[in-house]
Amino acid sequence: MSNTQETKPTPHPTPTADVKSTGAKIADFASDNGALVGLLVLCLGMFIATPDFLTPNNLLNVGIQASVVAILAFGQTFVIVTAGIDLSVGSVAALSAMVAAFTGQSWGMPPLVALLFGLLTGLAAGMISGAATAYGKLPPFIATLAMLSVARGLTLVVSNGIPIPTPSVVTWLGGDVGPIPMPVIVMLVMGALGWFTLNRLSIGRAMYAVGGNLEAARLSGIPVKRVLVTVYALSGIFAAVAGLVLSGRLASAQPQAATGYELDSIAAVVIGGASLAGGVGRISGTLIGALVLAVIRNGLNLLNVSAFWQQVIIGLVIAVAVGIDVLRRKRT
Amino acid sequence: MHFTPHRTLALALASGLAILPLAACNRTSSSTSATGSSAKKITLAVSTLNNPFFVSLKDGAVAEAKAEGVTLNVVDAQNDAATQANQLANAQSQNVQAVIVNPVDSDGAGAPVKALNTAKIPVIAVDRTVNGAKVASFIASDNVAGGQQAAAELGKLLGGKGDIIVLQGTAGTSAARDRGKGFTEGMKSFPGIKIVATQTANFDRTQGLDVTTNLMQANPSVVGIFAENDEMALGAIQALTAAGKAGKVLVTAIDGTADGMTAIVAGTLLETIAQQPDFMGKTAVDYCVTLAGGGTVPSGFTASPLIEITKTNVSQYQ
Repeated sequence: MSNTQETKPTPHPTPTADVKSTGAKIADFASDNGALVGLLVLCLGMFIATPDFLTPNNLLNVGIQASVVAILAFGQTFVIVTAGIDLSVGSVAALSAMVAAFTGQSWGMPPLVALLFGLLTGLAAGMISGAATAYGKLPPFIATLAMLSVARGLTLVVSNGIPIPTPSVVTWLGGDVGPIPMPVIVMLVMGALGWFTLNRLSIGRAMYAVGGNLEAARLSGIPVKRVLVTVYALSGIFAAVAGLVLSGRLASAQPQAATGYELDSIAAVVIGGASLAGGVGRISGTLIGALVLAVIRNGLNLLNVSAFWQQVIIGLVIAVAVGIDVLRRKRT
Repeated sequence: MHFTPHRTLALALASGLAILPLAACNRTSSSTSATGSSAKKITLAVSTLNNPFFVSLKDGAVAEAKAEGVTLNVVDAQNDAATQANQLANAQSQNVQAVIVNPVDSDGAGAPVKALNTAKIPVIAVDRTVNGAKVASFIASDNVAGGQQAAAELGKLLGGKGDIIVLQGTAGTSAARDRGKGFTEGMKSFPGIKIVATQTANFDRTQGLDVTTNLMQANPSVVGIFAENDEMALGAIQALTAAGKAGKVLVTAIDGTADGMTAIVAGTLLETIAQQPDFMGKTAVDYCVTLAGGGTVPSGFTASPLIEITKTNVSQYQ
């Protein structure tokens, strides 16, 4: 009777949680940061498999290769946090890049003005999707699916199916500043802006509230419709930036650019720990998710695994990540 | 309590370690590891392996690499220019001795190849050019001549008059541009023939089927079709078969793939101007080995010979 474990419900003066073992602390860290641990393990695996992986040049490449999807995924994070989804980001990215290239070349606009046209295109597309969802009451899946088609079609219309060279400032966005690649810098800047929006602005808190419980958010005075439009507009702007970086890397806006990238952006957000049911998600997690995808692709490429198998593996990784999400939600 | 750390770690480990066995069973022709051994490494970056033409090109390159004892990494961009840019950057990380590139888009390949130029890795372009960067050599069929030959045969067998339609390849590729140019030039010798519609089917069979169905609806009097590649022609033939016009509407194409030759035997395809993609692949690898050994290769354009294939000589090439 005297040496049973302490199961009495009486409050202790010092909480036992303070005296955790190192093992338990690591376990806690791992469970809160599953994606980060996964990424580190992946990198370790790649390093063992091929010495080409951990060279500075290749790591920079991974950063560049992650950048476009990461920027798309930052915008997607806002949407998924509100329990929505944006399937149009790939097409909007391509359209924004094409509009920037077109206004620069065919309308003779100065490069910065052309860039602005590109950004405004993303904003407009996002606002239309957002309005269709919030005011038109279309499910986000349908509204953004429609925009996916419309935006891609408009990209083909504007370009007449032919790639258009990008304005100089866009090419600069895709190039290098000394040894540092601009896409990586843009990715970090957009990540910082996304983090600031979600964590320091009241709209960020509103996004979590809307995603967590729409009715409660509405009843507590949050202008839900305006928040939703803002969220999709932000996704559109982020997509535009991603599209500009993508076209800048190639110095050419391609009509079929970013086809299918929306799925990668969703995968990155989910791998990073967000829940498709809304209310949960972090920019840092999304960044890690995008890096996981890039490391897998880059590593498999270096290992000469065929592109077909790469697709299979990426699909499995997404399934596993979502599986963790589902299990986590069941337990809490 | 929150999610078990064990499960997180286990799943993370599983996905990480799943890579390793795949790495082991996918180390194809290379017996030596990726460290700086004396085995020469070449990367072949193909636009897409979803097209038998490029599969033949790859096969020719792989066979030659085996014969020469070099390691050939084949990467497939699945027709996405950004994926190809990533793959070319990765080739640089692998410190290959040379790169053979078949651009998804001639303009879009410029920036990534320029990076390879800076890294002093020689680049050979096959089938499509690279704009805005240097290549040590460009190997392709003389696509302009191919277009002209297809025009000559079609014009002759139509008796110099009638309405025809043209199925174009992917806009922006030098192959599409040159074949179209050659065909238009060749058609000038037949003033009685009118091109009533020109549309792109992106070198794809399914798109060829859909576009031809639509164009035949709009232009039922069409008697001839020129497709800038075999795949689109085969799609067009499917459309004609559905309309009961296969064999009655004359179809010519360029490429000379196995399926195309089957169609010639069947009488649904009149003629195909065969390219020799395996020759292109083989020559490209040859050039790379020469360059890696410090030799020189013909700069500029190396023409891969074309062969006109009709019912009379198809049995030789099947």
